[in-house]
Amino acid sequence: MAAARLADLAVIIRSKNAGPYRLTFDVLLPDAATFKRVKASGVLGRESVAKALSLKPVEVTSLFELKSAHAFKVTIRRQVGQSDIGESDVYGCQQHVPLMELLVA
Amino acid sequence: MTPITVLAPTGTLGYGFGADALKRGMDFKPGVIAVDAGSTDPGPHYLGSGEVLVSRFSYKKELTELMAASRAAGIPLVVGSAGGSGSRPHVDFLVEIVREVARDLRLNRFKLAWIYADIEPARIKQAIANGEVKDFEAGFALTADLVDSSTHIVAQMGFEPIIKALQSGADVVIAGRACDDAAIAAYPIMQGGHKGLAMHMGKILECGAFSAVPFAMDVMMGFLKGDSFELEPGSVGRRASLTSVAAHTLYERENPFDQHGPGYRVDLHDCRFEQAGERRVRVSGAKFIPESECWIKLEGARQMGFRSICVAGIRCPTMIVRIDEILAAAKEEAVRYMKPHDVQVTFHVYGKDGVMRALEPQKKVASHELGLIIEVVASEMDLAHAACHHISGGLLHTHYKGQLNTSGNLAFPYSPSELDAGPAYAFSAYHLMKVRDPYETFPIHYEDV
Repeated sequence: MAAARLADLAVIIRSKNAGPYRLTFDVLLPDAATFKRVKASGVLGRESVAKALSLKPVEVTSLFELKSAHAFKVTIRRQVGQSDIGESDVYGCQQHVPLMELLVA
Repeated sequence: MTPITVLAPTGTLGYGFGADALKRGMDFKPGVIAVDAGSTDPGPHYLGSGEVLVSRFSYKKELTELMAASRAAGIPLVVGSAGGSGSRPHVDFLVEIVREVARDLRLNRFKLAWIYADIEPARIKQAIANGEVKDFEAGFALTADLVDSSTHIVAQMGFEPIIKALQSGADVVIAGRACDDAAIAAYPIMQGGHKGLAMHMGKILECGAFSAVPFAMDVMMGFLKGDSFELEPGSVGRRASLTSVAAHTLYERENPFDQHGPGYRVDLHDCRFEQAGERRVRVSGAKFIPESECWIKLEGARQMGFRSICVAGIRCPTMIVRIDEILAAAKEEAVRYMKPHDVQVTFHVYGKDGVMRALEPQKKVASHELGLIIEVVASEMDLAHAACHHISGGLLHTHYKGQLNTSGNLAFPYSPSELDAGPAYAFSAYHLMKVRDPYETFPIHYEDV
């Protein structure tokens, strides 16, 4: 199978605040087979997500898989606490784009 | 058992819902109308300043419709996290509107309850001294100084104070800051519903029809049965689907399997979703696990200063190519110029990395024009304004290598070019504090209206 952009496989890719000090990313795939394929590729693992977001792996605070929802969830420390000096996205809802470009084998 | 039916009119009181969807929802004969009205999501400004999140016009319009519907049906109306932050001025603001709506609609006598969620500074400092405050995710310790410098500190109440108000006969409950799910789950739990399922249902309903497809701020119905609950949107133009509901259980939280509240956690590891009809989803499996200690989550805000901003456009490629060094020099010069006063200068450069800043993977500017916001925060409004103007004036006329146009570097859309945004707030507390029981810090007041 040719590699595909995550954006071409997923039904939802989004970012949002999870409280003022965390930013959480949700990726929902359409079915069990695609979920399995993305899982096997490792693109939503700690190292890969940290690299896509120019972060150190330790700044990824948690990773969850929800098999029943064909979903992945990755949460990172916010670089700037919500609305502290240097804020650029109060709701944290426009930080998902680097995940769209991840290449899934 | 007969389902315990909850009507959630919208995701945030003041953000709207469809009149038809409300009417259709009321046809299900719900036992309660329950709505969430806030969170930390819009930022610290509302908590810090005491200004409400949505306009008075919208609050009054929606409370008028919801009070008319709930009083006509003889069912209670519960509002959680009143006014956006659930602080005392926000609770008082909505309580006053409730009184006004009662007069306007000439409603029959009813009992109003309001519950404050502000935590006394002395109580927090005592807890700090006793080692009963711990950081949640803030990354800094909560000190007595921070408590004193905060304009408001609230805590999220659980379902217990709201149930107490309902059991005392309240027809309308205006609750201060509350766990989003608890405000919705209070009534079903009071009616003997499964606590874990009621809280899970509350967590999904607190965003109204955001868990439906197409999603919107609109009416969502919850039906709590013995070992499951079902969700159906009020509007026939929407449906609840497996994907829409499952997606929502992930929304705005870090851990999708464990939800903590004061004195309990809700375990969602064994949660199951099934389609139960074209527009309805059935959910089961949530467990309610009581904990031996009761910790409430504090949310505080303090004023960090005053903010002034300037918006400008940059079109000349000779400047765009050198933007980083030009801005760095302007900032350095302004900080020096303002001494002995401290100013905090931030540039937001749209077309470069204005949205993602450090997380932006695209390092090379591909845009033919840049949008610039110069932002200054300082201890006084005059100082913030002075620094902002000094920077905009300096950038307008600065000379740089390769420049061909010597008449000005910034295109301002406005005169005056600086906009004084007033007080700037930051979160000052996002910590857990141990309390005696879930009622201790949430006093209830009653009034016959």
